[in-house]
Amino acid sequence: MNAKQPSSINAKRSKLKRREYGWGYAMVFPLLFGMSALFIWPVLRTIYLSFTEWSDFGNYHWTGLSNYIRLLRDTAVYHSLLHTLQYVIIYVPAIVILSTLAGVLLSSKVRGISVYRTIFFLPSVLMPAAIAMSWKWILNGDYGLLNAGLKLLSIHGVSWLTDSRTVLIAVVGVAVWGAVGLQAVIIISGIKGISPMLYEAASIEGAGRVSQFFRITLPLITPTLFFVSVTSLIGAMQVFDLIYMMVGTVAIDHVNTVVYLFYQQAFIKNDKGYASSIAVLLFIMILIVTALQFKLQKRWVHYD
Amino acid sequence: MTTVTHAKQKRRFQPMIIHIVLMVGSFLMVVPVLWSLLTSLKAPDEVTRIPITILPGQPHWDNFQKVADLLPFMTFYWNTIVTTLVKVLFGLLFSSLAAYAFARIHFPGRTLLFLLVLSVMMVPGQVFLIPQYLLMKDLGWLNSLKAITVTGMFSAYSTFLLRQFFLGLPSELEESARIDGCNPFRIYWNIMLPLAKPGLISVAIISTLWSWNDFLWPLVVNDSMDKMTLAVGLASLQGQFTTNYPVLMAGMLLAVWPMILIFFLLQKQFIEGITLGGLKG
Repeated sequence: MNAKQPSSINAKRSKLKRREYGWGYAMVFPLLFGMSALFIWPVLRTIYLSFTEWSDFGNYHWTGLSNYIRLLRDTAVYHSLLHTLQYVIIYVPAIVILSTLAGVLLSSKVRGISVYRTIFFLPSVLMPAAIAMSWKWILNGDYGLLNAGLKLLSIHGVSWLTDSRTVLIAVVGVAVWGAVGLQAVIIISGIKGISPMLYEAASIEGAGRVSQFFRITLPLITPTLFFVSVTSLIGAMQVFDLIYMMVGTVAIDHVNTVVYLFYQQAFIKNDKGYASSIAVLLFIMILIVTALQFKLQKRWVHYD
Repeated sequence: MTTVTHAKQKRRFQPMIIHIVLMVGSFLMVVPVLWSLLTSLKAPDEVTRIPITILPGQPHWDNFQKVADLLPFMTFYWNTIVTTLVKVLFGLLFSSLAAYAFARIHFPGRTLLFLLVLSVMMVPGQVFLIPQYLLMKDLGWLNSLKAITVTGMFSAYSTFLLRQFFLGLPSELEESARIDGCNPFRIYWNIMLPLAKPGLISVAIISTLWSWNDFLWPLVVNDSMDKMTLAVGLASLQGQFTTNYPVLMAGMLLAVWPMILIFFLLQKQFIEGITLGGLKG
């Protein structure tokens, strides 16, 4: 600021500035007020509640670490962790590979490509409740479409959603079906960012489509793939809707994930203190896994 | 010469493989929806026949009537539409107001407050759930549309996206308006919002989709039939009538057709919105 300026202008300017600050605060206030009450305060309260014990009438008192000690000793927790791990281990590679494949094919220049894109995207607009219902019927052991199809190949299909051996893979399959189009769209946007000159140069040098894919497309979309794998992993660790609606009491013991356990404790058994400690556990796990992914990205993600 | 014809053959051959793979994929994508539609038109004993029949012998449109008699679908539509509209409109207002301030007004503490908003995006929803539920209980809002709506009106995510959008807009118009003495709110309302229309539309579409399909929160805060949204109502249908699949499928189609319709009408904006909103997975 110019020191020679008359002080009245300076005063006016700082007054204007202060007025502008006021507008800034006023404009962020509604959002911050709502977020504080509904999101930021609840995080703190969940942490607090995880140190409390609840009685039948909704009263609670401080119990120190006892919920966390119970967490460490509860076999249901270990089972839910195991199921979540199994789910994630199958789901994440499947969605990354299939959506990459779909993304590459859907960004090729063939006739009618926009129709294909629309169709692939269709499952993403369906509500999980509807997806679950539709697939439950297809996977039905006696009258399901899948087993009828398998019968044509002389394969005897099982009752997918009640058989303990198949229930997890069936739920993963449905989840992949529901998300692959959406993730493919994200990968398409990554592919669009690659300069066409690279492909031209490669085809002049005689590189085929397959080697173009592995030498150009794949390395250059690793940032997008990283994004897809991080968000898919976070989403998969919180799987609930599909399991809640697709799996009945018969097989639930084989797929009750961490969030399912949380829901049960919080709203069925009404043990909100213990449920809070499960939520905190989930949060910590997601933070660790995400941090790990960010650390590992140096090995395979190329940023230019 | 031979290499040229070889390349030509290849050029014709490769699109065909691509078409075949994409057709198989498309088939897999539409089959569940198509099968639901076919099932919804069959008689109950028709779907438990072996071997299964693909087409309904005679279309039983009355399944749709039956499911509408079983559950108050009109109420579900109303509840879903009202909560979605309120969430999306207020969400856009609050998010865009804050996003503009975060993008263009240099007030002290701006970065810190923005980081606070961003940090909420990192936290899984279950961590908020119990205190949000207890808050609704304390306010006496359980079993009301207010409870379903209020948490959806404040989105860190939309704020983040709209801030990015505002940052990408040119600032010349804004500066000349400021010289003319416009206050920041009027600049936001009269100049920036119209410019940000494409971003607002994308955010609106993605929020509409999330709101329409949202499940856990409306399930938790409400157990009365006349305050249910479509997603939760549909799940309750499944609990009660597990065996009558034609009726179940009719209910499922009644719940999803509006989103499918909007999707077909606004495909481009939908896909743009999802590309932006992919973060939420």
